[in-house]
Amino acid sequence: MRDAAAALGARLRARELAAAPAALNLLETRTSAARPAIAALLEEVSPERLGGEAPGHVVGITGPPGVGKSTLLSALLPQWRARGASVAVIAVDPSSRRSGGALLGDRARIDADPADRGIFIRSMAAGERLGGLAPATRAAATALAAAFDVVVVETVGVGQSETDVAEIADTAAVIVQPGAGDVQQFLKAGIMEVPDLLVVTKADLGPPAQRAVADLRVALRVLDAAPPVLAVSAVPPADGIAALVDALAAHREGLDLAAVRAGARRRGALADFAAEHGERGLRALGGRRAAVVFLEGLDVSLDGMALVGALEERAARAP
Amino acid sequence: MAHRLGEPDRPWMMRTYAGHSSAAESNALFRSNLAKGQTGLSVAFDLPTQTGYDPDHELARGEVGKVGVPVAHRGDMRTLLEGIPLDRMNTSMTINATAAWLLALYVVCAEEEGVAPAALAGTTQNDIVKEYLSRGTYAFPPGPSLRLIADTVAYTVEHVPRWNPVNVCSYHLQEAGATPVQEIAFAMATAIAVLDEVRPRVGADVMDRVFARISFFVNAGVRFVEEHAKLRAMAALWDELGRERYGVADQAARRFRYGVQVNSLGLTESQPENNVQRIVLEALAVTLGRDARARAIQLPAWNEALGLPRPWDQQWSLRIQQVLAYETDLLEYPDLFVGSVVMDGLVAELLEGARAELARVAELGGAVAAVPYMKAALVESHRARIGRIEAGEQTLVGVNRFTETERSPLLGEDGGVMAVDPEIEAAERAALAAWKAGRDTEAVTIALAELARVAARPDENVMPATLACARAAVTTGEWAQCLRDAFGSYRGPTGVGEAGMAAPGAELEVLREEVARVGEQLGRGLRILVGKPGLDGHSNGAEQIAVRARDAGMEVVYEGIRLTPTQIARSAVDEGVHVIGLSILSGSHRELIPGVLAALADAGGGEIPVVVGGIIPERDADALRAAGVAAVYTPKDFELTRILRDVVGIVAARNGLPAPT
Repeated sequence: MRDAAAALGARLRARELAAAPAALNLLETRTSAARPAIAALLEEVSPERLGGEAPGHVVGITGPPGVGKSTLLSALLPQWRARGASVAVIAVDPSSRRSGGALLGDRARIDADPADRGIFIRSMAAGERLGGLAPATRAAATALAAAFDVVVVETVGVGQSETDVAEIADTAAVIVQPGAGDVQQFLKAGIMEVPDLLVVTKADLGPPAQRAVADLRVALRVLDAAPPVLAVSAVPPADGIAALVDALAAHREGLDLAAVRAGARRRGALADFAAEHGERGLRALGGRRAAVVFLEGLDVSLDGMALVGALEERAARAP
Repeated sequence: MAHRLGEPDRPWMMRTYAGHSSAAESNALFRSNLAKGQTGLSVAFDLPTQTGYDPDHELARGEVGKVGVPVAHRGDMRTLLEGIPLDRMNTSMTINATAAWLLALYVVCAEEEGVAPAALAGTTQNDIVKEYLSRGTYAFPPGPSLRLIADTVAYTVEHVPRWNPVNVCSYHLQEAGATPVQEIAFAMATAIAVLDEVRPRVGADVMDRVFARISFFVNAGVRFVEEHAKLRAMAALWDELGRERYGVADQAARRFRYGVQVNSLGLTESQPENNVQRIVLEALAVTLGRDARARAIQLPAWNEALGLPRPWDQQWSLRIQQVLAYETDLLEYPDLFVGSVVMDGLVAELLEGARAELARVAELGGAVAAVPYMKAALVESHRARIGRIEAGEQTLVGVNRFTETERSPLLGEDGGVMAVDPEIEAAERAALAAWKAGRDTEAVTIALAELARVAARPDENVMPATLACARAAVTTGEWAQCLRDAFGSYRGPTGVGEAGMAAPGAELEVLREEVARVGEQLGRGLRILVGKPGLDGHSNGAEQIAVRARDAGMEVVYEGIRLTPTQIARSAVDEGVHVIGLSILSGSHRELIPGVLAALADAGGGEIPVVVGGIIPERDADALRAAGVAAVYTPKDFELTRILRDVVGIVAARNGLPAPT
C-alpha cells in the first residue's frame, strides 16, 4: 500500500493529472492502515522532493449560498484553460448531515467540458468539522498543487470559513453579490479576516453592483493595504472574468510563496495535531505558544504530515 | 333545476397519446386510431424532437423514436399528417421547449395542403415551468423560454385563433408527487406567469381573447372524489383570476377548459391488470360533474409501468372512454354535485390551501422565480408519499397489500409490451442526411441568420422567422441550436438539496448501520453517483433514491438530468464513487447503459459496480445483467430502503468486505 501510494505521489509530481482521483481517494481514507500510505504520498509531493514549493496556485473561493460561486467558476474555468492552465476544483459541500449523508450538488452547477482532461472536479462533504473544510481538504490541495496549475478550493459561508480557506489558499477571494445584504453583512462582520480579493458578482445588474463595489472600497480604505475589489458578470455575455484571472495571478506574483506556505503548513499541522490529541496533547508540548516556537525551528520544506509527526514525537517524549 | 338535460351533452374529445419509431409508422397508427372512433389526435414526440436535437446528435443516441415520433423537419411533419384532414382535425401536441417550431411545421404543412392557419384547431402544450419542475425537456433558460411562449400566444391569437397555444400542465406536477393543493396552486401560478408575459405584447382589447385561449392539462388520481373537487376548485380560481387580475369581462372567456391524461404515478407493475380499474375510476373524476368536465381525455394504458404500450393496449383505454360516453347515462344529466355538502366542503378546503400556496409563490416573485421552491416542495411531497406506501399507511393493491396473485395470462411472449426496432435510429440518421443533401443550403443559411437576428431582439416575435425556417427546410436541431446560441443553455434545479429527512424507522436504522459499517471499513464515506443518462427528464425516481441515500448516510453525487455516458463516467471516476445508480424511463436503456459501461472502462472506472432502475422489461434486464450491470430494479421494487440495502451489499462484496447481516 505504501509503495502504491508513493507511486501515486510520484505521478502527481510528474504532473500526471490522471493520478488525481486515486490520490484523492487515498487522502480521504481515514483508517489507521492508510496513514503511512498517505504520508508516503504526501512525502512525494513535499517541497523537499519537488525542490521547492508546489507550482500550482491554490485559490480559495468562498461566499454565501446563492451568490453565484458555481456560475463564476463556470466562467473562470474556460478562461484558465484558454491560458493553458490545468485546473483542479475541490468543492466543499456544507450540506452534510449528522448521519454522515450529504448531497454533493455543486459539481452539477459547474459547467465544464467532460471530455477535457485538464479539468478535475472533486466534491468533499464538509463533515462535522467547523470552518467549512473537510478533513482532507488541506492535504488534497497540497497534493493537487503539485500536478495542476490552478487548484480552487470552493467553500460556502460568510464569517468563519474564510479564515480556514485563507489558511490553505495562496490567494483567498470572497464573493459577494450586490443588493442582497451580503455587502452589509460583510462590512458588519468587522472585516476580521481580510481576503486577498473581493469579487462582486452580477455586475450585469448595473447600478446596484457599482454601489456595492463603491461601498466596499470606502469601507476598506481604513486598511493600510486594501484588497482589490472587482465586479464581474459570469452569465453570458460574461464580463470582468479575464480581469479577475489577472488579479488572482497578480496577487500570487506578489507573494513570498515559500514563507506563506511554510507558515500555513505549520498552523495547519498544529490544528491537525490539536484535533487529534486535544488539550492534553497541547499541554504535553508545553502549550500552544511553545508548540509554535518549536515548529518555527523545523525545516521549512517539511510537509504537513511530517510536521504533525514531529509534534507527536515531541509530545510523546514529554515527561 | 331540471334533473335531466333536454339534449344529452356531446362527448368530450377522445384521444390517445401516440407516436413512435418514425413519422410513417406514427401516421399509420393515427389513422387506425381514428378508424376506431378516436375523435382527436394527441402527438407524442420523441425526446430529441422535444429537446431540440436532430437524430444524429450525441445526446439523441438511443432515444430516436422511443417515447414518440421523431420530427426533424417539414418533410417528417408532412409524412406524419398525410391523409389527415387538418381543417377538421383537432391536434394536441405534447411539445414545450420547441413548441414554436413544431407549431410552425404544422402550420406550414397545412399551408401546403391549402388549409389556412385560421382553419386549424389544436393545442401546443408549451408550458416550460413544469419542464423545470418535473418533466425535464427544457432547452433554454427561463427568461427566453417564457418569451417563446408569449410569442406563440401573440401569434396564434392573431393568426390561428382556434389554437390553444399553451396548455398549462398540472398533470406532471401530480406525477412528481404534488398534493391536490400544490397541483392547483402551481398550475395557476404558471398561467399567471404566461399571461403577465403576454400582456405587454398585445393590446388591452385582445387580453380577453388571450385569456380564453389558455387551457389546462390536468391529472386525476384514484382518489376520484377529491380529484373531482380539485377540478371544480381550479375552475373557480380561474374564473376569479380572469375577473380580478386580468379584467376579463366575458364570462365565457373565463371558462376553465382542460384536457386530461389520468394518473400514471399510481399505475403498478405488479398485477398490472388492476390498473384498468384505476384508470376507469380516474376517468370518472374528470367526467362525473358536468360543471367541471374535461374537454378532451386521453387515458394511459394498463401496462405503462411495464414498458411501451402496444396498439391493442391503447385500444383498450380508448374503449373505456367510449363505454363511459356512449353506453352509460353520464351525459344525460346536469351537474350531479350542485348542492352537495361534501363537494362544496372539499372545494372550499382546496381553495383555501391553494390560495395560501399561490400567495407564497407570488411572494417569491412568481412561478419562474419560485421554480427552486416549487421543485423542492414537490420532491418533499413525493418523498412523503413513498414513505406512506413503504410504511403501509397508503394502500396500493397488489403492491403493499393483497400481493398474492395468479400468473397473468396478459403477459405473453413479448412480455406484454412493445419494442421499438433499434434499426430506426440509423434509418432516421440516414433520412436526415438525405434531407440535408436535397435542400437549398443558401435558403437555410438566410433563414437561420434571420432567426438569430430576431432572437437577439426580445421586442420582435420569433414566429415569422420560425415559419420561414420551416419553409426553408431547416431541421429541428438547427432551429434549436440557433436559439441555444442566442439564449444560452440551462440546467434546472434538482430540488434534492432541500428535501427533509426520511421518517425514522427500524429499516432505515438498519441501513444506516450498514452504511456506517461499510464506510468505516472502506475508510471513507460510502459514495454513490445517481445518474440519469440520455434525454429522459423524468427524474422523480432518481431524486427519491438520491434523497434516501443521503438519509441513510451516503455521500451522494447527483447532477440532475440529461447526462452523456462520458459525463457520468468522468464524474464517477473524479468523485471516487463506490457505486453508480442509473435511472432510465424512456426505454433507451439497451443503448445507453452499455454506453455508460464502455465510457466507464475508458475512464479507468471499470471496476465501479453499476445498478440500474427504471421501466425495464424482464428480457432487457437479463441482457443488462449479462453486459455487466450488478442489479436491475423496476417499479415493483418500491421500497427504496430495501433497494439501497441491496446496493450497500453490492459495494461490500466488490470490496471484499463481509456481507450485510
